[in-house]
Amino acid sequence: MPKTKKTVYLDYAATTPVDPQVLKAMLPYFSIRFGNSMSLHALGQEAKSALEQSRKQIANIIGAKTSEIVFTGSASESNNLAIKGVAFANKDRGQHIIISAIEHPCIMQSAAFLEKHAGFTITRLKVDKFGQVSPADVAKAITKETILVSIMHANNEFGTIEPIAKIGQICRDKGVLFHTDASQTFGKLLIDVNKMGIDLLTASSHKIYGPKGAACLYIRSGIGIEPILHGGSQEFNRRASTVNVPAIVGFAKAATIYVKRMATENKRLTSLRDKLIKGVLSRISRSRLNGHPKLRLANNANFSFDFVEGESIILSLDALGIAASTGSACSSDKLEPSHALLAIGLRIEQAHGSLRLTLGRWTTEKDINYVLKVLPKVINNLRRISPFKK
Amino acid sequence: MPLLYSSKVMKHFLNPKNMGKIKNADGIGKVGNLTCGDVMWLYIKVGKNKSGKEIIKDIKFETFGCVAALATSSAITELAKGQTLDKALKINRAEIVKSLGGLPLIKIHCSVLAADALEEAIYDYLKKNKKEIPLELQKKHEISLKSKESIEHRYHDWTNLEEKIHKKKN
Repeated sequence: MPKTKKTVYLDYAATTPVDPQVLKAMLPYFSIRFGNSMSLHALGQEAKSALEQSRKQIANIIGAKTSEIVFTGSASESNNLAIKGVAFANKDRGQHIIISAIEHPCIMQSAAFLEKHAGFTITRLKVDKFGQVSPADVAKAITKETILVSIMHANNEFGTIEPIAKIGQICRDKGVLFHTDASQTFGKLLIDVNKMGIDLLTASSHKIYGPKGAACLYIRSGIGIEPILHGGSQEFNRRASTVNVPAIVGFAKAATIYVKRMATENKRLTSLRDKLIKGVLSRISRSRLNGHPKLRLANNANFSFDFVEGESIILSLDALGIAASTGSACSSDKLEPSHALLAIGLRIEQAHGSLRLTLGRWTTEKDINYVLKVLPKVINNLRRISPFKK
Repeated sequence: MPLLYSSKVMKHFLNPKNMGKIKNADGIGKVGNLTCGDVMWLYIKVGKNKSGKEIIKDIKFETFGCVAALATSSAITELAKGQTLDKALKINRAEIVKSLGGLPLIKIHCSVLAADALEEAIYDYLKKNKKEIPLELQKKHEISLKSKESIEHRYHDWTNLEEKIHKKKN
């Protein structure tokens, strides 16, 4: 693995390194097979063929048809396309959209955009203390005006897995479109768009050891969607832009590799994660686990520590060679704490002291032992400086 | 390696100077930032220099906050220690930022917090000792007071907890 010198990388939910096999698969498409997939000559058709092969691989993973996969430049773009594209194409049927209070900012902001500029009504469903959306709440919130429900498959901050199959069923019964943001789960959890009643699904490449700059939106056949990028006829007229063939080839390769390893990798990560959670909670007083104790991503641990602030924790850990992240206000450009942590009932000061550790392919038991050794010291040090003592 | 903060900031953060509490402090400044939630408590002990002027003989801080908040706290204690009260009151955010080799733009408010904490500590000393309070300091104190109430409300549970522990010890 391209492991940077001695860093214990525990921020795999932010991004992952590109798998060397993936990189190898991508390289020819930067140079010798550089053609534009829209060109009619052999070089163009070679790129086109790689693109379609990749589309097939991605479609297979979620039980979709190839014509239902639209490649985009990022999961944020896919989510923007899903929310705005469906809204604009279906606004005559109704102008109400349901999301949850813990969606990624790209969903929250797309919905807020429609609310502000296009007269849509948005319902933001509350979650329970573990971060789960109640399917019954979804059913209750659906009105005659509702055209779309968008609930993420798993939360990016605290890892709670949402009951999307149940929600999909409810949406199907009520004739409402259902979108799920599967950025944190695609390739890692089994997804069958037909069995789970999913009409639109966002998947990302750089969370599964693929390159940045590639993602996709699954759009069930027959669903009307207005493009948000206008221009050429790429991607079935749904996303104008020269196709980023190397990144898409890498995305498909990465997904194929991840799916093969899914079961063993989930088992390994769950065991490391549980060791980490148990170790942190038993070693550090006034600490708590955020998110669901069981129904959570195999690689996600999210804690809050009273009396200390997250950015200070992150940079203390960074100085010790550990890369992690936080939902503290101090780490955000808007100086606001994570909306998702507040939505699960954390007070501002608790969100302030949050720490997310996300594991991945190159995380070892030794890494976890190292964290368990140094994290209590880091927290104690910061608590000694804090006016609020234990 | 590119970093978020200057090496001086990181030095203060990783090895803070004058950290802790002064028992029987002559003045205490407790301030907080409502937007980000950071809290800074500054303690001063006042003495006299050779020419009989009042100086900050000792100064310590306790801070709940980000790297910039901790570093500015540490930096202001170094800037203020040994200074006459008049001079200490003149320490402003620009001076603090300069002494740290700069701060990211979004963190400038942390240096304001540190300057406010020092002013509040000096105000507290002057008030307790029934000394004359400069008009400008009085005005600043009134501004700080407003945010202080909201901060105290937010951290009510944690401060109460601390008081309880102290009572037990005594």
